[in-house]
Amino acid sequence: MKNEKTTEDIALGIRRRVFEHAMRNNGGYLSQACSAAEQLAWLYNEELNLGAPTLPMIPKPFEGVPHADNPNYHTGAGYNGPFEADLDRLFIAPAHYALVAYATLIEVGRMAPEGLEMFNKDGSSVEMIGAEHSPGMEVHNGTLGIGLSTAAGLAWGRQKRGETGKTWVYMSDGEVQEGQTWEAIQCCAHHKIDSVKAIMDVNRQQCDGAMDSVMEVGDIRAKMEQFGAVVAECDAHDLNAMRDAARTPHAGKPLIILAHSNPFHAMPILEERFPRLHYVRFKSEEERARMNTSIADALGVDPIDYEGAH
Amino acid sequence: MAEMVSRPYERAFEKHALANPDVLCLSADLTSSCEIDKFRDNHPDQFLSLGMAEQNMMSFAGGLGLAGYRPFIHTFGVFCYRRPYDQLMASIAYPRRKVRIMGFLPGITTPGGMTHQAIEDISVMRSMPNMTILETGDATEVESICEAADSIDGPVYCRVLRGSMPRLFDTPIVVGQMREISMGDDVLIVTAGITTEEAMRATKALEGAGVSVRHLHLNTIKPFDAATMLDHINSVKGGVVTLENHVTEGGIGSLMAEIMADNGVGKKLKRLGLNDTYAHGGSRAYLMRYYGLDALALTQGIEELMGEKLGITEQDLSEARVDAVHSLAKAEGL
Repeated sequence: MKNEKTTEDIALGIRRRVFEHAMRNNGGYLSQACSAAEQLAWLYNEELNLGAPTLPMIPKPFEGVPHADNPNYHTGAGYNGPFEADLDRLFIAPAHYALVAYATLIEVGRMAPEGLEMFNKDGSSVEMIGAEHSPGMEVHNGTLGIGLSTAAGLAWGRQKRGETGKTWVYMSDGEVQEGQTWEAIQCCAHHKIDSVKAIMDVNRQQCDGAMDSVMEVGDIRAKMEQFGAVVAECDAHDLNAMRDAARTPHAGKPLIILAHSNPFHAMPILEERFPRLHYVRFKSEEERARMNTSIADALGVDPIDYEGAH
Repeated sequence: MAEMVSRPYERAFEKHALANPDVLCLSADLTSSCEIDKFRDNHPDQFLSLGMAEQNMMSFAGGLGLAGYRPFIHTFGVFCYRRPYDQLMASIAYPRRKVRIMGFLPGITTPGGMTHQAIEDISVMRSMPNMTILETGDATEVESICEAADSIDGPVYCRVLRGSMPRLFDTPIVVGQMREISMGDDVLIVTAGITTEEAMRATKALEGAGVSVRHLHLNTIKPFDAATMLDHINSVKGGVVTLENHVTEGGIGSLMAEIMADNGVGKKLKRLGLNDTYAHGGSRAYLMRYYGLDALALTQGIEELMGEKLGITEQDLSEARVDAVHSLAKAEGL
């Protein structure tokens, strides 16, 4: 698809949409928009080779889970285009980033803005924790750690069939606490699955707070290299650095880009909430109003009129 | 005596995999233990070693399914669901991937003790939406398990026997169809897997004691043909006995209880198996006797069900030969 906006503009647009949504709903995954906006904008606007969406711009309602009696079931992968041998695939491993991922789909013209209005509404497919049937999702990744393994299996199969498309995984650093992540890396290395590429949002935050206070993980790069990955690192808010990192040669091995991010990037007032950033719910009307003014100013928009919202 | 067959899975898998290029052979460091070492050596392009890392293997298999392959996972049954339960659910069962899980050493068929004995696998898999469950009870069923499993539009878990085993049947598994081994009308015995041979032995002794036995063998545990089973339950004057190589909760005993309760059947049900207990390591014969999974336990269970002593001794049972069932259509003509 033709790039109509710059990646910088898309990242800004993602933050503005997530901000508006969080203000109107009295909270949301704001910090993930701070840390992840450039990464998802870059993937969709530059790096991924995707075809045109195959599903309607306005998402259909929930149509049931996979079952023998539900023959018309389909996933939300169609928002990333068709499955073709030369096209890429993307798994959002931390499905909790769904709100940011949906905002990205809107900014790159793959979903209508109405889709975000359906977020976390009963009967909607635009679920809070991205499900298989949610826009842009292809598998369930709500239990952290299974995304890279699934991608490895798909990528091995695609390589065996001679397909040239890559299998990308968007990861979060908290996932390195899960043993399965390490099983997946050693498996990719053992079977030389080098069509797997991952970019990890290294924001050093998790649900309980700062990762170092919850479970120290040490030197992620050194550990991944020991398990057999090629690792590149970049500032998650420096697009040129991200582009360079993606060009790192990795023949015979998976590539994992550690994108070091700032969980308050472009919304500095969120630092007040450190270290509880996983889901920001406003504690008072006063805080909500103050954050509204501050973040709107930082993002260059008018404060959100959330009267009459939740 | 029934013919004994050695390593039927080894030949059956190779035949099926070579005829189906989208079938892949996955192993978790138990390749010779699951009789696929020759396949690994002879067909390396169709074989994937995934090591002792079952969580990755389950999600990886789900990814292979996305790529259009039909992976056959080979490991001990217990390693298919205890540690990687979440991955089995999220990466295989929910999305209905065509992953064929070959679980070896079902129940107490291993001296490996608690960590190696899959005694609650049927219970776990029965409660998992989208999962199909098959179980093999003889060499013919092992020979046909690959084709049967691969015919399922979705994931399937199979309890597979290995090594030397009797040939009791001469027709392959027909998914969804129970085998009618004897068609008497006093008591109904329902078995699966290795307990079927025990029940066939017990049937001889029971018939000798004047009890008319209706014996059904299950190779498809989920989905289940409840209507046909209900007809059989209604066809006996007395009650129902299940004998399973599994805990008595959640397996075929529970399955029968559900059918009987759902349909308001006012008959007694005796569930024999591992009675809310773990087992320990030992030979199969020892464990079947110790935990009450053998022919003697079955005849005692029928005595309790009927409320009368039948006078069947261990000697009667050891002398009872088990012959092959030569025809499904004439199964009663044993």
